[in-house]
Amino acid sequence: MASAGEANVSVSHVEKKEKKQTPARYWKEPRGEKDGNDHEEDGGKTLHQEEPRPQTTKKRKQDESPAVGKKFISGKSDPFPGQAPIPEDRVQKFKRKDKTKKHRRQHYKLKAMITCSEEVSEMAQKQAAKFDLLLPEDAGFLEGEEEEDTCLISQEDIADAVDITAGAKYFNLKLSQFGPYRLDYSRTGRHLLLGGRRGHVACVDWLSKQLMCEINVMETVNDVKWLHSEAMYAVAQKKWLYIYDSNGIELHCIRKFNDVLRMQYLPYHFLLATASAKSFLQYLDVSVGKEVAAICTKTGRLDVMCQNPHNAIIHLGHPNGTVTLWSPNQKEALVKMLCHQGAVRSVTVDKSGIYMVTSGMDKKLKVYDIRALKPLKSYFLPAGASCLSLSHRGLLSAATGDIVQVYKDVWSTAATKPYMAHRTRGAVWGLHFCPFEDVLGVGHGDGFTSMLVPGAGEPNFDGLDANPYRSAKQRQEWEVKALLEKIQPELITLDPNELGQVDRATFEQRHKDRVEALGYDPLAQKRFIPKYKKKGRSSAGSIERRKKQVAHEDQRDIIRQTVEDKVKMEKQRNEREKKKAVLNSSRAALDRFKK
Amino acid sequence: MTPLSIPSFSYQMKVKVLSRNPDDYVRETKLDIQRVPRNYDPTLHPFELSREYTRALNATKLERVFAKPFLASLDGHRDGVNCMAKHTKSLSTFLSGSCDGEVAIMWNLTKHECVRTLQAHEGFVRGMVVRYCGTSFFTVGDDKTIKQWKMEAPGYGEEEEPLNTILGKTVFTGLDHHWQEGVFATCGQQVDIWDEQRSSPIRSFTWGVESFSSIRFNPVETEILASCASDRSIVLYDMRESAPLKKVIMTMRSNTLCWNPMEAYYFTCSNEDYNLYTYDMRYLDQPVTVHMDHVSAVLDVDYSPTGREFVSASFDKTIRIFPKDVGHSREVYHTKRMQHVICVKWSSDNKYVLSGSDEMNIRLWKAYAAEKLGVLAPRERQAINYNQKLKEKFQHHPQIRRISHHRHLPKSIYHQTKELRIMKEARRRKERNVRKHSRPGTVPVVSEKEKHVVTVVK
Repeated sequence: MASAGEANVSVSHVEKKEKKQTPARYWKEPRGEKDGNDHEEDGGKTLHQEEPRPQTTKKRKQDESPAVGKKFISGKSDPFPGQAPIPEDRVQKFKRKDKTKKHRRQHYKLKAMITCSEEVSEMAQKQAAKFDLLLPEDAGFLEGEEEEDTCLISQEDIADAVDITAGAKYFNLKLSQFGPYRLDYSRTGRHLLLGGRRGHVACVDWLSKQLMCEINVMETVNDVKWLHSEAMYAVAQKKWLYIYDSNGIELHCIRKFNDVLRMQYLPYHFLLATASAKSFLQYLDVSVGKEVAAICTKTGRLDVMCQNPHNAIIHLGHPNGTVTLWSPNQKEALVKMLCHQGAVRSVTVDKSGIYMVTSGMDKKLKVYDIRALKPLKSYFLPAGASCLSLSHRGLLSAATGDIVQVYKDVWSTAATKPYMAHRTRGAVWGLHFCPFEDVLGVGHGDGFTSMLVPGAGEPNFDGLDANPYRSAKQRQEWEVKALLEKIQPELITLDPNELGQVDRATFEQRHKDRVEALGYDPLAQKRFIPKYKKKGRSSAGSIERRKKQVAHEDQRDIIRQTVEDKVKMEKQRNEREKKKAVLNSSRAALDRFKK
Repeated sequence: MTPLSIPSFSYQMKVKVLSRNPDDYVRETKLDIQRVPRNYDPTLHPFELSREYTRALNATKLERVFAKPFLASLDGHRDGVNCMAKHTKSLSTFLSGSCDGEVAIMWNLTKHECVRTLQAHEGFVRGMVVRYCGTSFFTVGDDKTIKQWKMEAPGYGEEEEPLNTILGKTVFTGLDHHWQEGVFATCGQQVDIWDEQRSSPIRSFTWGVESFSSIRFNPVETEILASCASDRSIVLYDMRESAPLKKVIMTMRSNTLCWNPMEAYYFTCSNEDYNLYTYDMRYLDQPVTVHMDHVSAVLDVDYSPTGREFVSASFDKTIRIFPKDVGHSREVYHTKRMQHVICVKWSSDNKYVLSGSDEMNIRLWKAYAAEKLGVLAPRERQAINYNQKLKEKFQHHPQIRRISHHRHLPKSIYHQTKELRIMKEARRRKERNVRKHSRPGTVPVVSEKEKHVVTVVK
């Protein structure tokens, strides 16, 4: 990458002599076409931290020389002068908010404070962008030969082609006895939880294929979910909600939560949200074991549920084709969207919280922008999708009958062909992408399949958030930290950044809230009740007179002012008219020639 | 190095599946620290703001939990502590003089013990100051004498005797030493400037005032002095001139004053009307800030060496810490046993506050109540800084504000504060009503700053 500094240096005295041709290096341009053009091309893509300033005087040359192409004793010049450029798209990735507008009337101290904080955040942004270049892993990918569909490539071929550890991630578990299976991966992606419809519950360290526990609860199992760590999981059974530990020991049976069909765990809030057959949406705080909210949605059986990982809002799909958004703080739905003609079969939201993908009985697959609440794309799937799941990097998997299809870029481009496809042995019951791995877990009638989906997982995890390789000690430490910064359920809102914004509620709005909270109006003026006076001075007439004395006291000044202003205006207008009349009446010398 | 990125070219396709080598993510031996790979991508860290808010809330709560400012009580005086002096060179040495125990005591603050006592005067020790070099100190007392003492204790067998004794004509009430030269100033019925070598003052100032209560040299413009007089005025002097510079007369008497050591054109005076006033030396016609919160006369004030905050001692048995440009205190210290606080000092390392009170004790407080004393590990320091920033960021959120502003007050002070507030509100209301019912312009609006200054005389 050439930059401005190089062009300057190349015309220095060292070059003129052409004493010795240095061998061409990869960073050098070919000699012929060396000019300023290449710099302009790059300018669009990169942010130059410090433009090398042109040299002004000879005197200051010593100070400036390090900035402008560092000269070594050997006469060589620094091929990369100045600070390293940072790609703009990476800087954009870490951008939190736009710059605050500065008003002219702002206080100078406030202005200085804003500039200072902006500088700091810009520096942080740049540092993060620089660090981003050093991340060790790259995402996976799958490319076929020209005009070969990647969806025709079988799992076996992929497993053969990749290295042995990655190949071992494609496997089938034949569990036909207690069939169809629901599944869940833990937040780190290390542990897999399987729940068979007929009562079989197993948790597996699926990378090492170690079975942690296996039980049969001898009841229908509707859904399974890991709680905050791999030590505990919740199982929605026929009647009640149960919590087991990783050894399969029943820890709790929560009878307040009955007939649960679907569950979602909100990791930062330590909340387990459950949707029941009796149309109740309930929230359980798993850190203290208290029910936070129980909302009767009054929409019938709730068997379609997902969470928005960006703002912890629960999305529910209903048989009448609507999708509703819920927070534990409100008894009514935040949003109701009519998404499909028939019933909604599945809903999922991507991790940035922008896109929602729904599928319905009308065999359509739709993509919505849930910030603007607008439809973006609509696809027709001949068989209709029964289960949907989105990966970290935005791959969508849809199960149509016993076929699992994976789509790429569903919201940016119109996807015509699936990216990958795989046929399982039974009807698909549960789909889940494994976090931080290129793996899609499929629970179906005949057991479980772990599919390889190159490019699905986020390649670089954050060790302080979810570390697949964490030790027991690290897990314990993380647990304490996570519990300390548990977010209160009251902070769940559609916009998670609302907390940082200035509350610009109008005075009336705030006053109304205050009246509501207090139960009375603190600013209301007391009605003037005249004192009772004796000797006939409290006759109705005198009371009225006394009342009149204080009536509209607060507005008197304003009224007086307006009356005065009016009189003044009237006076001015009169004067103006008078002047006009005088001007009109007086005849000028030339007026005598007028007819 | 990493076997994970092996693009394979068999079957006419290119494929790469994530496959991490655990060796890159797990420590090699048990002696290593754990590896923590980071990725700062904002999408991997949802609920940034809510989590930060929770952290800030926790930090604020912890701050209140750890706010234990009282460190030690130094007892030994046999009467109320009347004056104190910081050592100019040594952090651990501290001097105090008592009311009629007639003793000046030197303390070792690290050991919390008295090093040396001496019988300085008969009657009150009125003022005390350490010479700028730290080798000797001066005291003035009710017995009309100024005495200079050596800082070192006398050797075995030697008698405790002052280096120098000056017998004045009148009682001295205050004393301060020049910051660079061998000159000191006393106040009493007049302000006297003394040379250390002479037994008579080199200069005397009077301005129709019969008594002064406190005098202080300016730490930067070292020839300038300020004093509080009993005719409710604050007088400024230039040592090089024969007449005083100017004075401001207030509605009530000021007890003491202190110069801001960093911005030495500011000084703060403690007033009898429960307030403190920060003045700009150049513009005396109204104070820069009025500091309210005490519920009784303020007796002493001292600046922190950073010049950003000052501490004040009051007759209401509390000491308060004010930021220099804020009207209300950020901190209030009190104990059950502490009586009227007469003198207060902020230590030169900006970490401690010392208060001397009527009931013969000197108390040692932390200047920042929740601060952890002692050596901090780097991670500890980092965590503290991070929490500090968070608290700053969320300081205006109502829940956090409520917790961080809450201070427990003794019942009497709590009720007095309330009463004062009601009185002030009543006065304001009355004034408003008067203004409403009088001809416009006849009752002007007077701001709180303007209220307390009567006049400036030059």
